[in-house]
Amino acid sequence: MPNSAVRDASKSAPSPLIEGFPAEQVLGFLREMLVYRRFEQKAEEAYAIGKIGGFCHLHTGQEAVALGFTGPLRPEDYTLSAYREHTLALAKGISARSAMAELYGRAGGCSGGRGGSMHLFSAKHNFMGGWGIVGGQIPLATGLGWAIRYRGEDRVCACFLGDAAVNQGAFHESLNMAAVWKLPVIYIVENNGYGMGTAFQRVTTTPMVEKSRAHGIPAHEVNGQDVLAVWRLMEDLAERVRDGAGPQFVDAETYRFKGHSMSDPVSGTYRSKEEVESRVREDDPIAHLRDLLMETGHLTQRDLERMDEEVRELVEDAADFADRSPVPSEEGLHEFVYADPDVQGRLFLDGRGG
Amino acid sequence: MAVMTYRDALNQALAEEMERDESVFLMGEEVAEYDGAYKVSRGLLERFGDGRVVDTPISELGFAGLGVGAAMAGLRPVIEFMTFNFAYLALDQVINNAAKTHYMTNGQLRVPIVFRGPNGAALQLAAQHSQACESYYLHAPGVKLASPATPADAKGLLKAAIRDDDPVVVMESEMLYNARGDVPEGEHVVPLGVADVKMEGTDVSIISHGQMVHVALQAARMLEKDGVSAEVLDLRSLRPLDAEAILRSVHKTNRAVYVEEGWPFAGVGAQVVALIQDEAFDDLDAPVRRVTQADVPMPYARNLEKLSKPDAARVVDACGEVLYRQ
Repeated sequence: MPNSAVRDASKSAPSPLIEGFPAEQVLGFLREMLVYRRFEQKAEEAYAIGKIGGFCHLHTGQEAVALGFTGPLRPEDYTLSAYREHTLALAKGISARSAMAELYGRAGGCSGGRGGSMHLFSAKHNFMGGWGIVGGQIPLATGLGWAIRYRGEDRVCACFLGDAAVNQGAFHESLNMAAVWKLPVIYIVENNGYGMGTAFQRVTTTPMVEKSRAHGIPAHEVNGQDVLAVWRLMEDLAERVRDGAGPQFVDAETYRFKGHSMSDPVSGTYRSKEEVESRVREDDPIAHLRDLLMETGHLTQRDLERMDEEVRELVEDAADFADRSPVPSEEGLHEFVYADPDVQGRLFLDGRGG
Repeated sequence: MAVMTYRDALNQALAEEMERDESVFLMGEEVAEYDGAYKVSRGLLERFGDGRVVDTPISELGFAGLGVGAAMAGLRPVIEFMTFNFAYLALDQVINNAAKTHYMTNGQLRVPIVFRGPNGAALQLAAQHSQACESYYLHAPGVKLASPATPADAKGLLKAAIRDDDPVVVMESEMLYNARGDVPEGEHVVPLGVADVKMEGTDVSIISHGQMVHVALQAARMLEKDGVSAEVLDLRSLRPLDAEAILRSVHKTNRAVYVEEGWPFAGVGAQVVALIQDEAFDDLDAPVRRVTQADVPMPYARNLEKLSKPDAARVVDACGEVLYRQ
């Protein structure tokens, strides 16, 4: 689990600091984000040759959001998101193998091949999905927060959503209730500027931070391409929420380097080639961190190549695992529709499944 | 055994289950300080506190989804919809989230939640407040649905629903809340998937659920005077469906009529007819008839509303048709 190495690096031998973080830890951040980048590249390749089907939404360009908001959390904390969640699942500790196998629709996938790209889950990692309807996960996160408060547990829930989701009723109903009941939920907008092909500014007249302030929830802004800034903010927010500060809202400005999904070109009618090229060139969270490490003398080109080679091997291994993993059993088609299928009367009316 | 109203039987089920299991809580509009729009939750706030009997904002989608999330974390929410007319707003959370989570997670997560409230028409509430919504929920694998017709079943089915590890929709009826009947005290759980023969008969099977069971019984008594022996079968839960009870009854009577409050298109009766033709075709002496709400939005005017609703006379007529007495 690469993430634990990232988290634990701070506990190892004293190390020089980079912007307040031990250099070893920052090197760990770089490696982790490289895993996310190479994982998505592999998914793109696999999609192109038909090994992955359906919808597939890549997180490329938004790696610092995945790592920076998830890394400071504890294993018992919940995270969940919409359907652009591959790297969020990796960040919470799901292995590259089981995530890739899920994309391939295999039994070895983290959802047994029943979920696919949009529905990665791991209950044991408290990664609660993977949801396909824009905004539909926000009430669920609110309910996870409710359960935490109901039982008096010491944990928090981090809910990721896209910028477009703030125009859904589910968002406003959830934030209102979270504020009324002071639920331990951190709502994180991955603000990549576009809901599919619609620029955020075209479909709202108020700034993002006003969306939560309207409900009495404090809003925080952060550069979502700066993993150190994101990590610092999240460490602070998680602690405050644990201490009973109630729900928080974050507007993390980021950028999607790829199309909305695999069937959408990287640039097109809604954003220009020039815009994408300039953001990729100037605002790549991985390049930013690489440059910082090199400038401070903690990383050489050779180190980086070696790191990247390791990461590519890890991702190749995940793809090999996915390839070898069996398809789900066809006898099990009706399994897990209901928790207890052994009931009186018929649950299924297709003449199968008992 | 005590005689009590359908409303009090539901209240007793809630109180007993909340007493038994701390993970059970009740949430919805007006359930706490107001005692429930239909007084089903009377006294529960005082007894269990505002942490477990929770008034919500008018946000059906929001609090239904909150319940689903809480259930994913292992709690057992009972979400009250003031009526199922308002639950359309929450349908995404019920169908896309509650019903599919166990499957999409390959069994990793369960959603032990109850969605309950009155369903169907009352009196002159017009089109948006007079709807029978069963089909929307039954259509989705992953949902269970119960529809009690009597106080005893109201208690027993609600208790079973709260203990169930899957999402269960419990559809009550505004017109039944004041109905009185014998209700067993204490542990009385009616398992889902078990129909109840309300009246034995040999000439025709009148099959129904929920409020319409009483219309079916009224029709059966009218037929009795006319020398026709009707069997009345109350399905009690629609998913799981007690298909064997339906087939057994049709095997005995060779004729069937389905009575429901909802619209005919893709209604509950349509499914039951499909089942009968599929598995009991050779038992039938006549086509199965359905008595449903007229295929129109419920009109307000008293005469038009009456014309739209199933009633005993129409059930008697339908029985006459399948008995070739007309």
